[in-house]
Amino acid sequence: MVTQVTSFSRNGLSDWIVQRVTAIILALYTVVMVGYVAFNGDMSYEQWRGLFDTTWMQVFTLLAVLSICAHAWIGMWTIGTDYIREHYFGGGADGIRLFYQIFCIVTLVIFLIWCVKILWGN
Amino acid sequence: MGHTEIPITENIVVKNDHRPINVDPSDLAAFDWPITALASITHRIAGVVLFVGIGFGLFALETSLASEEGFNALKAMIKSPLGMFISWGLLAALAYHFVAGIKHLVMDMGFAETLEGSRFAAKFTILISAVLIFLAAVWVIQG
Repeated sequence: MVTQVTSFSRNGLSDWIVQRVTAIILALYTVVMVGYVAFNGDMSYEQWRGLFDTTWMQVFTLLAVLSICAHAWIGMWTIGTDYIREHYFGGGADGIRLFYQIFCIVTLVIFLIWCVKILWGN
Repeated sequence: MGHTEIPITENIVVKNDHRPINVDPSDLAAFDWPITALASITHRIAGVVLFVGIGFGLFALETSLASEEGFNALKAMIKSPLGMFISWGLLAALAYHFVAGIKHLVMDMGFAETLEGSRFAAKFTILISAVLIFLAAVWVIQG
């Protein structure tokens, strides 16, 4: 039995639905952000700062970054298990894949902490 | 006993004897890449680009929110040639990943699951994202 202890939810079906739900949240965030910046061509610092001082934008942004963490974890895990295999990487494949997965997860957690600092720090 | 066990395992092994189990990277160029495969691998590549891009996005958010000077400095950075290229590259990856992701969700709902349907969906994904990537270039250059 192969134990995939580094997958996001330890369960493929659960990962599958998490990937979809986070995708929808990220699609909405993308549309709102790109739309806002595109339709406010000559934006001032006050307007931009004001947007991120609102509770809804802070919640929406943190929700988006949490979604990125789950979504990218599942996506990068899938890519890693598809390509980092013994056939391509030789006997060290398991070790390389574990290192790659830990790197991805730690990076995502750093992104999350950084985002919290940007939103509520200072 | 009502039936006998058919040794299918043996047949499959014989039949598939010459079928490659693994593909070497050197074989990739020789492949006749179906449009659906191209659409799929591009979705993955765009996803990896965006993984790296989150770092750039958070840097931009932090700098632009820190102070008025930071806000103006970021604007200047985005208008430099390198800044324009990075902005466009990330927007392009985002556009493709977004459209290909919606294609996935549509297919999850049971649409475009036939061979012809999935080929059409792949072509449609590439066409729509090409338009968005072009618009992103216009936006980055003019904005």
